[in-house]
Amino acid sequence: MALLDIQNLRITYDTPDGVVEAVRNVNLQIDKGETLAIVGESGSGKSQTAFATMGLLPHNAQVSGSIKYQGQEIIGLSHEEMNKLRSNEIAMIFQDPMTSLNPYLRISDQMAETLIYNSPNGKRMKKKDAIAECVRMLEAVKIPNAKNRIHLYPHEFSGGMRQRVMIAMSLLCRPKLLIADEPTTALDVTVQARIMDLLVELQEEFHMAIVLITHNLGIVAGSCERTMVMYKGEVMEQGSTVDIFGKPSHPYTQGLLSAVPRLNQDEERLVTLDRSFETQMAEG
Amino acid sequence: MMVDVQKMEQLADNLAVQEEVQGRSLFADARRRFLKNKAAVVSLIILCAVLLFSIFGHMITAWSNEEIDWGILGQIAELGAPSIENGHYFGTDQLGRDLFARVVQGTQVSLMVGIVGALIAVVVGTLYGAIAGYTGGKVDNVMMRIVDILQSIPYMFVLILLLVVFGRSIFMLFVGIGLISWLDMSRIARGQTLTLKNKEFVEAAVATGVKPITIILRHIVPNLLGVVVVYSTLLVPQMILTESFISFLGLGVQEPNTSWGAMIAEGAGAMQYGTLWQLAFPMFFFIITLFSFFFIGDGLRDALDPKDR
Amino acid sequence: MSTKEPILSVRDMRVEFKIKKQNALPWHQPEILRAVKGVSFDLAEGETLGIVGESGCGKSTLARAIIRMIPSQGGEVFWQGRDLMKMNEKGLLGIRKEIQMIFQDPLASLNPRLTAGQIIAEPLKTHHPSTSKDEVKKQVRELMEKVGLSARMINRYPHEFSGGQCQRIGIARALITNPKLIICDEPVSALDVSVQAQVVNLLMDLQKELGLSLLFIAHDLSVVKHISNRIMVLEFGDIAEIGEAHDVIHNPQSPYTKELINAVPIPDPIAERKRIAERRALEAKA
Ligand SMILES: Nc1ncnc2c1ncn2[C@@H]1O[C@H](COP(=O)(O)OP(=O)(O)OP(=O)(O)O)[C@@H](O)[C@H]1O
Ligand SMILES: Nc1ncnc2c1ncn2[C@@H]1O[C@H](COP(=O)(O)OP(=O)(O)OP(=O)(O)O)[C@@H](O)[C@H]1O
Ligand SMILES: [Mg+2]
Ligand SMILES: [Mg+2]
Repeated sequence: MALLDIQNLRITYDTPDGVVEAVRNVNLQIDKGETLAIVGESGSGKSQTAFATMGLLPHNAQVSGSIKYQGQEIIGLSHEEMNKLRSNEIAMIFQDPMTSLNPYLRISDQMAETLIYNSPNGKRMKKKDAIAECVRMLEAVKIPNAKNRIHLYPHEFSGGMRQRVMIAMSLLCRPKLLIADEPTTALDVTVQARIMDLLVELQEEFHMAIVLITHNLGIVAGSCERTMVMYKGEVMEQGSTVDIFGKPSHPYTQGLLSAVPRLNQDEERLVTLDRSFETQMAEG
Repeated sequence: MMVDVQKMEQLADNLAVQEEVQGRSLFADARRRFLKNKAAVVSLIILCAVLLFSIFGHMITAWSNEEIDWGILGQIAELGAPSIENGHYFGTDQLGRDLFARVVQGTQVSLMVGIVGALIAVVVGTLYGAIAGYTGGKVDNVMMRIVDILQSIPYMFVLILLLVVFGRSIFMLFVGIGLISWLDMSRIARGQTLTLKNKEFVEAAVATGVKPITIILRHIVPNLLGVVVVYSTLLVPQMILTESFISFLGLGVQEPNTSWGAMIAEGAGAMQYGTLWQLAFPMFFFIITLFSFFFIGDGLRDALDPKDR
Repeated sequence: MSTKEPILSVRDMRVEFKIKKQNALPWHQPEILRAVKGVSFDLAEGETLGIVGESGCGKSTLARAIIRMIPSQGGEVFWQGRDLMKMNEKGLLGIRKEIQMIFQDPLASLNPRLTAGQIIAEPLKTHHPSTSKDEVKKQVRELMEKVGLSARMINRYPHEFSGGQCQRIGIARALITNPKLIICDEPVSALDVSVQAQVVNLLMDLQKELGLSLLFIAHDLSVVKHISNRIMVLEFGDIAEIGEAHDVIHNPQSPYTKELINAVPIPDPIAERKRIAERRALEAKA
C-alpha cells in the first residue's frame, strides 16, 4: 500500500469570474522513503494539490476524488483528526514563509510550541529542552549564530532565513511525509545544497517520504527519483526522473526542459515556451 | 506517459472561456457572503423588526407613554398585568402608564443611542487610532496622551459640567456618549495599526510613493475593519447601559420619556410587588437586540474579509 | 558604460541593526548586527547590476536602505546627482515615482483587501491621478497579459492566486508607471523557467525601449548572468567582487564566487547525481 494515494483529485472554485478549475484529475502515489518531484507551470495547481493533502484548502473550495494516507481517507476528515495527522505524520513547508510565520511571536516560541505539544516520543517536553532541540535544527539548516538568533522575531530574519526556519520547523517532529512547496526559492545555491543534503540524510534515517514542489530542475535532477509534470491543473506525464529528463514525451515537458537557462549559454533572449502544442492537441 | 488527446481537448476548451469579466465590488461580495451566514441574516431580520416596532408601534395602541390609567392605579399588581382587553398589551408600570407605549418610545431612544455611539466610535476612534499609530513618534505620543487624559477625568464630573453649562437636552446625551465611546476604540485601532505598519504591503505602498493619508485610508483602515466591527457591536449594549446612567444624572432622557436602561432599572426595583412584566418586556427587547448585534457583527467581520468565504 | 554619467551611485552604504537579547534589561547594551558594511557602486542609465550572495548577507537590506525604507548608519545615495539621504519626505515622494521596487515575499507585499487590478493600478493612480478609469483599466489589463496573467483575473484577491501569480502582480505593479529604475528583490524566484524567461525578456525589452535601469537581486546565477551587464557578489555585507557579468561567472576572482558557481545544480539527472556524489565524497574525506 502506498503511503499517499491520490485518485482523481479535482479542486474547483466558484469565483465571480466563473468556475476556476485549479486541479483536475490528478493521480499520484508515493511510497515510504521515496522522493517525488512536482514541476510545472506557475499556477498549474501544484500548491493546491499539496493543500488538499494537508486539509488546508479554503472553505469555498470544492473537492472531489480521494486522498488516502496509509489507507485512511483524508477528504472530509474532521478538524481534530486532521490536526492530529498534521502534527504527527504529515508536515508541509509553505511556499510563502512570511505569511505562515506569526509576526508577533519570537521564532523560539513558535518552534518550541510544536515540539512541546507533539514531541516525537509522545511525552511532553520541557521548554528548555525543546529550545535546545530547535537550536540544533536551526544549526542544521545553517542559520548562523542560531543560539541567539532563535529569540528574534520573524521580521528580523532575511527572506532566506525565514524559509530555513520553516524548513527546520517542519522537520522537528520527524514527519513520515514531508510536502515541501518550493522550499529553496530564497536560498543561494550553496545553502540550497546543504538543505538538500539534510533532507536526504533525514530521509535515510527515518524513511521519510518527500513531495518536492519546485521550479528548480537542477534540484529535481539531483535528488528526486520520480517526477510529475503539471500544466493548467492536469498531470501531463509522470515517471522516473531519468526518463523524463532524457526523453520527455509531452510537448510541454519538452518545452519546459529546453527553456532552462544555463550558465554556459550566451543567447540574447531566454527561451520561452512555445504554446502551439495546445491548439495542435486540441485539433486532434 | 502517453499524451492523452482528449485531455488536451478539454484543456483547450478551458482556455476558450475568455469572456469579459464583471467588475467586482467589495460591497457586493460582502453582501453575498453576509447573506450566506444564517445566524447573521436572522439577527438582521430581528433587528429590523425591533426597529419597525419602535417606529410604528405607537399606532397599534390607544395609550400614549405618559397617560396614566386611573382605573388601575393603586392596584397594579392585580389589574396592571398584560391583557388584550384593556389595551395594555404589555401591562402597565407602577404609575399605571401603558408599558407597550413606553417600550416603543424607549426602544427609539436606546437604539438611537447605541447606534450613534457605535458610529462615533467607529469613525472617530478608528481614524484617530490609525493616524496616531501610523504617524508614530511625537504625534502618536501627543495623541495617545490626550486619550489618556480624557479617560482619566472622572466622567461624571464632565457630564455635570456639561449639564451646568449647556442645560439638559437629548442632544447633550449624544455629546456625552460621543465623548467617551471612541476612546477605547482608538487604542485598539492604534495597537493594530502598529503591527500592520510593519507588513510588507504597507512598505510596498510607501515605496511606491503613496501619500500617508492614502495609506491610512486604503491600506490600514480596511485591514482594521474586522476588529473594529466586532468591537463596535460589543459597544452598542455598553452605550445603551451608559445612557441610563447619563439619564439618571439628569442629562439625557427625562420623564415622561424613557429608555430601556431606565425601564429595566424601574422594573427590577418593582419586582418585589410581583409585577414581573415590568422587567420582562424591556429586558426581552434589550437581550434580543444584544444578540442580534452580536451575530450581525460576527457576520460582518467574515463578510468583509475577502479571505474568508 | 563608464562613459555615461551614473543614474544612481551609492557610496559607502552602511546599515546596522540593534538586536535586543532576550530578557535584556533596559541598560544592557544591545548587540549590533552590521548587515551592510560600506558598499559602494554606480549604476548607469539602461544598465543592469546583478546582486548575488549568500542568504542573509544583506542584499534586501541594501536595497531597502537605498530607497530609504530603513534608516542607514552612514553613506550617500545620489539619484541623478541629488542626494537621497538628505532629501525630505516631500522630495522623496517625487523620487518614488521614478524608482519602483519588487519585493522578495510575493504574497506578503500585496494588500489582502485589494483586488489584483487595484494593486497594479495603485502607482498609476498615485502619480498620474488624472488618468481616466478606462485608461487605467486598459493599462492594467495590458500589463497583466504581458507578465503572463490572464486579464480576466483582474478582480481576484491576492489569496486566490498562486505564488508565482502573486509575484507577477508585484512585477506588473512596479512596471506600470514606467519608472527609470526598478529594484528587483528576487523577482522571478517563484516562476517556472518559461514564465521566468517571459518576464526576463520583458524587462530586457523595456530596458532597450525606455532605458530602464535595474538592480537585480537573485539566487539563480544563470538568470543573473543573462540579464546583468555587471554582477556584484556580496559576502557578509561586503562586496566580495564586482565586475562584468561574463568575467565574474567565467573567471571568478573571490573564493566565495567560485564556491557559488561550483554549487549550481545541473538540470540533467545523470550529470547532477555524479556531481553530488563527488562533492559528498570530497566532504567525507575532509
Ligand atoms: N482561492 C482560490 N480561488 C480561485 N482560484 C484559485 C484559488 N486558489 C488558487 N487558485 C487558482 O488555482 C490555480 C492553481 O494554483 P496553485 O497555487 O496550486 O498553483 P501552483 O502550481 O502552486 O503555482 P506557483 O508555482 O505559481 O505557486 C491558479 O491558477 C490559481 O489562480
Ligand atoms: N529588521 C531587522 N532587524 C534585525 N536584523 C535584521 C533586520 N532585517 C534584516 N536583518 C538581518 O540582516 C541580515 C541581512 O538581511 P537581508 O534581509 O538583507 O539578507 P538577504 O541578503 O536579503 O538574504 P536572503 O537572500 O535570505 O533574502 C540578516 O542577518 C538579517 O537577520
Ligand atoms: Mg505554489
Ligand atoms: Mg532578501
